[in-house]
Amino acid sequence: MTTTTAKDTSQFAHLLRRAGFGATPEELEHYTSLSYEEAVDELLRAENPQNLPDDLIKRYHVDMHELRFANSAAAYWLYRMVTTKAPMQEKIALFWHGIFATGYAKTNQARVLLNQIDMFRNYGLGRFDDLLLELAKDPSMIIWLDNQDNHNGAINENWGRELLELFTLGIGNYSEDDVKEASRAFTGWTLGNAEYMAMRASKDSIWPYGRISWHFDFRNNDHDHGEKTFLGESGDLNGDDIIRIICQQPATARYISRHLYDYFVADEEPVPQWPYSPPRDPEAIDILAQAYMDGDHNIGHMINVLFNSDFFKKAQFTRIKGPAELVAGTMRLSGGITKPLLEIVPDSSLPSYMGQTLLNPPSVEGWHEGTEWINSGSLIERVNFAAKEISDISKPGVRAIIDILASTDGGQLTPEVIVDMCLEIMGTGNVDRETRDSLVGMMAEKGSISLAGHQQGDDSEERVGELLGLIASTTEYQIN
Amino acid sequence: MSSNGSNGHDKSMVFIQLTGGNDALNTVIPYTDGQYFDNRPTVGFDREKVLPLDDKLSLNPAMAPIKRLYDQGKVAIINGIGYPTPNRSHFRSMDIWHTAEPTKVVNEGWLGKTVRELDPRGENVLTAVNFGRGLPRALSANGVPVASVGDLATYGLYPDIKDDQIRQQTLAMFSQMYGGSGRDAVKEFIHQTGQGVLKGADILGTAPQKYSSSVEYADNPLAKSLKDAAQVMFADIGTRIYYTGQGSYDHHSGEVPLHTGLIGDMSTAVSDFMDDLEEHGYDKDTVIVIFSEFGRRIKDNGSGTDHGSGGVAFVIGGSVNGGLYGDQPSLKSDDQLEGDMHFSNDFRGTYTELLEDWMGVDAPSIVNGNFEKLNFTGK
Repeated sequence: MTTTTAKDTSQFAHLLRRAGFGATPEELEHYTSLSYEEAVDELLRAENPQNLPDDLIKRYHVDMHELRFANSAAAYWLYRMVTTKAPMQEKIALFWHGIFATGYAKTNQARVLLNQIDMFRNYGLGRFDDLLLELAKDPSMIIWLDNQDNHNGAINENWGRELLELFTLGIGNYSEDDVKEASRAFTGWTLGNAEYMAMRASKDSIWPYGRISWHFDFRNNDHDHGEKTFLGESGDLNGDDIIRIICQQPATARYISRHLYDYFVADEEPVPQWPYSPPRDPEAIDILAQAYMDGDHNIGHMINVLFNSDFFKKAQFTRIKGPAELVAGTMRLSGGITKPLLEIVPDSSLPSYMGQTLLNPPSVEGWHEGTEWINSGSLIERVNFAAKEISDISKPGVRAIIDILASTDGGQLTPEVIVDMCLEIMGTGNVDRETRDSLVGMMAEKGSISLAGHQQGDDSEERVGELLGLIASTTEYQIN
Repeated sequence: MSSNGSNGHDKSMVFIQLTGGNDALNTVIPYTDGQYFDNRPTVGFDREKVLPLDDKLSLNPAMAPIKRLYDQGKVAIINGIGYPTPNRSHFRSMDIWHTAEPTKVVNEGWLGKTVRELDPRGENVLTAVNFGRGLPRALSANGVPVASVGDLATYGLYPDIKDDQIRQQTLAMFSQMYGGSGRDAVKEFIHQTGQGVLKGADILGTAPQKYSSSVEYADNPLAKSLKDAAQVMFADIGTRIYYTGQGSYDHHSGEVPLHTGLIGDMSTAVSDFMDDLEEHGYDKDTVIVIFSEFGRRIKDNGSGTDHGSGGVAFVIGGSVNGGLYGDQPSLKSDDQLEGDMHFSNDFRGTYTELLEDWMGVDAPSIVNGNFEKLNFTGK
């Protein structure tokens, strides 16, 4: 590990792209006023999101009172991602949403899914044991993986299997017997009035009562109290014992480490390949797994170690932005949302058009990330959205960028200076020489630019908008 | 099926997804069954108004354009289509239709897998084209390129730039920025995708210019999508699968006027499209497949109907062996499934027939098993 001494702005920008959704010039100024370690600390500890208040949101959005529908709920979450002052909360929620992938397709109500997201905000940076226990009791997860059908004497293995295979140990680190025994231990972990609620969910019949809230219920008389043996430990094991045992396993430490590396450091191969191919950086996984054990299974501690590590600092621009990251990040930069806007509902479909329907992942495996985010259809959506959003010179964030440019060198900017400044502001310091030269060439073609005494909508401002739109179109803008 | 002739083009399929759960019982109406009227005091149709197909079944009065095609022998109506243990959730049931897998949640869509069979090396980015935004799960499969066209006239990059000169300059810059080489593997991949986008947009951009037709399409969103599909089809750019949707058919309330409007729009759009196919000589090489995620409850709720099971699908085309397929589910209370119609045939049988007998592709690995065909292809 190294300590940052000289201020390296690009290092802070990198941190904010991973711990959040990129940085506005104002945010970058704030974080670079701290030491790097302090910046990491502040991002991990931030608890007051100061996001757009609910009462204001609900005044505009009747649909968000009830949060019945997936699109309203996704829009509500997008408000949080775009307006929060505690971006790591949203980032860690997105991270766990991708792993403990639970979807509207089966719950047929969105409020329970948002409750789960809120649980990720509250527990996502704490002890893994606590997070898993909350997950096991989460009503949407219970319905998603059918644990209401997991009965004493008639087990349903769906939750038991995915808990081991996809959520903690990974394939190859448990036996089929362990799946059965874990499932037995989770019998009776269900919802209040489970049969009726599950029937309502599968029938998706909202008439005439509307959605009904769900809560966890432990049915002692449906719990298998018999002797069980799980990963070598025997006794009358209950679900919390299973979680305790899982969390002690080195395989769990390594599996979670690899997920953290994949999401916060650099794209790994798709998860199904993991049992068969080594990590991109085995040493990094060792360091993170050690941090898991040393830090009492605390995820926040692991991420602190991660953000302060050399392997993280060297990993600039090694992840493809996920759709939600791209949309929220661009909207934060454009500053388009300062009050509720009805457009948020259609806007929240944008990640969906790009392949990531929030609150409705394609399956319990979550989304396949990395290069699988990019195909001809999604790339068109990404470029068209980002270019339109950031070239809109009426948006407050874009106006702030123009003001920064105008206050540099009296607003008399050479093509090189304006291109380099905009590249830095857009978080695309990684563009290759050819791309930068193309952009400089384009700016030079129309002559030098003067923002002195600029007026909203004048030619110089429009040219800045065009430049920002093109930068949002680059290959490099697709990458974090 | 070849006995019926062909126009000499590659065979293609056009899917129309009726999103929201189309009420099968008000689409194909058992107009001589008293139980229909007993169960549907509010949303039932007067038996004088329906369009009889035989002495038992009839079409919704708004479906005269489809009735015309039916009378020409070009419409296969598949009654009672569904799958075991029906799911009444829109999303999940649509997923099941999209993945051809009712028992577990899987990633890949059946048409995405079909594209992989048709074009294993992904050489044509336009083998499948979706008309609408985003990618339906049916068309999604790892490494399979699919174009999603919201509006053919403005398809491509930067539709929001209104000034054409600036748009052309911006496109030229995009082409320049995505044109170079010598980058790492990830950037190279994004560059290639970007170049594919430009290529696909260029090819699709020529379709409207080449198109002329005497058919005037109705003014509704589905007709617009089908007109876009016709333009792509007549441009002969190797597209084999077309996909679009219409909705929402989720008529819990106010069903009669709302459903009649939608199903009427669908019927005129399909009939206009068929006219266009005939005019251009594609009607014998094309099948139109119309489906929904589920049917609706037999008994109405006083204003509309709730989610049910047992649906209806249509397969339409110049080479289709028109008629009624699948058993119409009984409405007797003893025969009902929790107030719904039982399915009588698995939708994967219809998929199997479309794949094997129309597209010439092996079906079992795509539809996850072997299912009985209904024989609506082949005369």
